[in-house]
Amino acid sequence: LPGAKSAVAGAATMEKVTEYKDATSYNNFYEFGTDKSDPAQNAHTLKTRPWVVEVEGLVKKPGKFAIDDLLKLAPMEERIYRLRCVEGWSMVIPWEGYSLSALINKVEPLGNAKFVEFVTLADPKTMPFVGSRVLDWPYVEGLRMDEAMHPLTLLSFGMYGEVLPNQNGAPVRIVVPWKYGFKSAKSIVKIRFTEKEPPTAWNKAAANEYGFYSNVNPNVDHPRWSQATERRIGEDGLFAKKRKTLMFNGYEQQVGQLYAGMDLKKNY
Amino acid sequence: MVTTAARRVRRPLWLHPAAKPLLFTLSLLPFAWLLYGAIADKLGANPAEHLIRSLGDWTLRFLCLTLAVTPVRTVLKQPALARFRRMLGLFTFFYVALHLVAYSWFDMGLDFGDIAKDIAKRPFILVGFAAFLLMTPLAATSFNRAIRALGAPRWQALHRAIYAVAVLGILHFFWMRAGKHNFAEVAVYAAILAVLLGWRVWHRLRRPGRVPQGAQRA
Repeated sequence: LPGAKSAVAGAATMEKVTEYKDATSYNNFYEFGTDKSDPAQNAHTLKTRPWVVEVEGLVKKPGKFAIDDLLKLAPMEERIYRLRCVEGWSMVIPWEGYSLSALINKVEPLGNAKFVEFVTLADPKTMPFVGSRVLDWPYVEGLRMDEAMHPLTLLSFGMYGEVLPNQNGAPVRIVVPWKYGFKSAKSIVKIRFTEKEPPTAWNKAAANEYGFYSNVNPNVDHPRWSQATERRIGEDGLFAKKRKTLMFNGYEQQVGQLYAGMDLKKNY
Repeated sequence: MVTTAARRVRRPLWLHPAAKPLLFTLSLLPFAWLLYGAIADKLGANPAEHLIRSLGDWTLRFLCLTLAVTPVRTVLKQPALARFRRMLGLFTFFYVALHLVAYSWFDMGLDFGDIAKDIAKRPFILVGFAAFLLMTPLAATSFNRAIRALGAPRWQALHRAIYAVAVLGILHFFWMRAGKHNFAEVAVYAAILAVLLGWRVWHRLRRPGRVPQGAQRA
């Protein structure tokens, strides 16, 4: 799944890319287990064909998009993004996809559509941990309309030049590089446009720990740990110093204006 | 001849002269395995996390083993099993000390200001650190001369702190996993420790007239 060089500002960091082995074996995808190694072991059961993404809610042209149609909806670009997990580790991953805005423009949101909700597949037959009480299934994430329309927000189908491995959210996922990783919903089956802020999975589980915005922010700590630093996976092994976490994960120039005037301590 | 042979057959395995060196070697295996993994870079994508968590797991396991000695020797009527208790207790301390060193070094970069802040900020770190502090005097008074110097009743009273360590340890683990609502493993350790501590309560209540077992031994 090749992608052309992207013209979007901030689309390709020059930092050292995380090894494919690490990016595909150290994952959070709770539908397949809560250990980092679980998704790589268990996600082979996920069936990514046929796959349909239903677009509904406050749009002029709702509809069902087969995965093959989505793949052809816009030209594939390569985006090399930093990924910062809320747990305090990070990677650099080359994704393939196109700006989510391409799909959004196609379905023509109504004027009262303020938020976009992403729903992950919740199939207990192929996802062994759906039904565990860790989270309320299905996994739901969401963005404000302007966040969803931002050119950096990626609808992704591949990584490292290949089709997404199941454990990384095949066949289609969102990647929002300036937010903590859990905001980037995987294996999406539904995209819904709403007027109200969607109730997101981690926010429902622990509202005081995981806000709707969850922008990467070194100055706002998680209630249980500091967010000032991060461990870059695969960097110099055991003795590597942690890195300083950057505001908006280093995408402040591109996305800072989305939050102008907002109290980011309150809207964590 | 016949009586000697019969005695030899009846002699339990744990009285064999090799039993202690064997247990010592077995207890070092997790450490050796992790050390090998660290050197060979075989600890996965996040070696620091793997090392810290594995050392924590082994601390809990050795804590369970240590606390199992008294119930097992009483239930099986094998008082000689007590000879392994000190070694198991010291290995618990060995792994908890490595757990703390690994956290301080690989997670906090040996920045003691950051470590102090982290202990204050995160209740589960505080609880874990408190458990470590409680274990330190126990490890420091584990040799025979310390027992004699303290006198057995006082030594015994001091070493009951291990029950508090067990509670703090499981709370540490529970809180650490609470973020992910992932309590399956916590429940296993909590159940084992509950049985081991519960047995002590039950054992004492059952024989109200008798002096506590430890004091009796002195």
